Amino acid sequence: MWIYIAKRVLYTIPISLGVSLVCFCLVYLAPGDPAASLIPPDASAADIATIRQLYGFDQPVPVQFARWLWRASHGDFGTSLQTGRPVLVEVSGALANTASLAAGAAIIAFALALLAGTLAAWYRGRLIERVITTVSTLGISMPSYWLGIVLIIVFAVKLRWLPATGMGNGDAATFSWFDWNDVRFAVLPMLTMALLPLGVVMRSTRAALADTLAQDFMQVLRAKGLAPHALMRHALRNALPQVLAVMGLQLGYLTGGSILIETIFTWPGTGFLLSKAILTRDVPLLQGTVLILALTFVFINLAVDVLQTFADPRLQRQ
Amino acid sequence: MSAVHSPAAVPVASPPGYLHTIARRLQHDYLTLFFIAVLVLTVLAACCAPLLTHYDPFATGLLGRLKPPGWQGHLLGTDDLGRDMFTRLLYGARMSLVMGVMPVALALAIGGTLGLLAGFYGGAVNMAIMRTMDVFYAFPSVLLAVAISGMIGGGMTSGLTALTLVFIPSLCRIAETATAQVRALDFVEAAQATGASSLSVIVAHVLGNVLPAVFVFASSLISVSVLLAAGLSFLGLGVQPPTPDWGQMLAGLRQAIYLQPLVCALPGLAICIVSFSFNMVSDGLRHAMDIRA
Repeated sequence: MWIYIAKRVLYTIPISLGVSLVCFCLVYLAPGDPAASLIPPDASAADIATIRQLYGFDQPVPVQFARWLWRASHGDFGTSLQTGRPVLVEVSGALANTASLAAGAAIIAFALALLAGTLAAWYRGRLIERVITTVSTLGISMPSYWLGIVLIIVFAVKLRWLPATGMGNGDAATFSWFDWNDVRFAVLPMLTMALLPLGVVMRSTRAALADTLAQDFMQVLRAKGLAPHALMRHALRNALPQVLAVMGLQLGYLTGGSILIETIFTWPGTGFLLSKAILTRDVPLLQGTVLILALTFVFINLAVDVLQTFADPRLQRQ
Repeated sequence: MSAVHSPAAVPVASPPGYLHTIARRLQHDYLTLFFIAVLVLTVLAACCAPLLTHYDPFATGLLGRLKPPGWQGHLLGTDDLGRDMFTRLLYGARMSLVMGVMPVALALAIGGTLGLLAGFYGGAVNMAIMRTMDVFYAFPSVLLAVAISGMIGGGMTSGLTALTLVFIPSLCRIAETATAQVRALDFVEAAQATGASSLSVIVAHVLGNVLPAVFVFASSLISVSVLLAAGLSFLGLGVQPPTPDWGQMLAGLRQAIYLQPLVCALPGLAICIVSFSFNMVSDGLRHAMDIRA
């Protein structure tokens, strides 16, 4: 098992390098001179030449990549064209806000999904299973950005229970889970974000449980005369590694793919930062944010895989 | 007497074919049939848009802005520029359907082929293809799509490119797993022992066994593609105005939610119905083909 974990950890290195290479290449996707995309459009020719030299665009591409990677690995992701602040500072502040939202959404989604998925497997073939599976399919079919708008219409505009957008006291303030003035801003975006993982995890919990319940050892337990709830306990323990893997992936998606929801709720997280970077064509900020988010996603996946080896004894024996 | 021993004399009902079995199962799955009908109707409505409405999707009206459904013959009201909502939703369906199906079809062709090659040849080919896919797999799909189309700039081609790239890795992985499983079976070895070329083994023996699983998975991606494409144009990265597109219509009407919430919710509802239908059909297909998730 430890060899497996060591291999998995080592495999993160080439993946991270590959991810960095893709992020580096993003600049070359932009039409025109990559140097021109790094500076404001009204810069003079002399300025462009200086930037070209400074960023090393006059060097061969592999050299450019090596230099960029060297700087990035030392925490230097360049400076934002819009604010002039280091990209790392911008992203790390935003990442904390996104993480708060993602964590809240994940807790809501995973708890509800496990409960509903188990209920669906328990009442197989009954009306309640039909209802739960239909709702979960609706969950993965609904555009989250639309749900966000609908929730704003209902709870912020009509009922006036919760604020529509923003994150409490000014956008630079830090978010606290122990202050209702902060938390009430997070309720709507959190619920909106929870919808997709809720549907996905519910579906996979039900499927994994149905698979397990159909296996021979469950038949033996049934023949032994085990009570239904005890049967379910065995089934859940067996389905756990599979469900855990799906949850991990969803947690990563929540952290890395929050752009639409953060844009709607103007939540000052990484997604909002990204959409600002795209609107203002702030290439260093965009590149840095994408790189940091992708690397976060890589490490969440690593953590989940390692966790999974502990949850699944079959993997430990290998 | 010799006639008794000839195979022609023994009447044996041939087992129903694979496609026949699937069709028969689908025939009794009314839920799936219903959603197939919804999708067929949507496609027809999108194709025949000019026949179903006499309004111009681009004609603005200064006096008839943000009117409720039923106002002066506007079946579903008007948008923030006074354009007929029903007409724009019909024309917008074209974009949503194209952006739902096209990226998945392209990714199926590219990713499926790569996965087939990786699974069939194994070794270094597998390493090269699958490890490259792992890198793209290491991006959350929304992030990758937004990053690529954000860099290229808005437009339909950029959205199409981004979405295709997003779907290739997962399709490649499914195709590779299925191919590797089939590759290990005896009949493939038998075919190779008779001297059949790799290409003919793939075409005659592997493809038919791999395609159903890959196809069902691809069908489940269409609804994701519809959602992501609408999301990109919601951010201003996909289809550009004034071309009607549901995601971009939703974004345009965002400011008007306080004035006419019902009309503003319509494009999102349309996205939801189409995406839900694709999901239900995909689930029904998976069930009929008896393929596990």
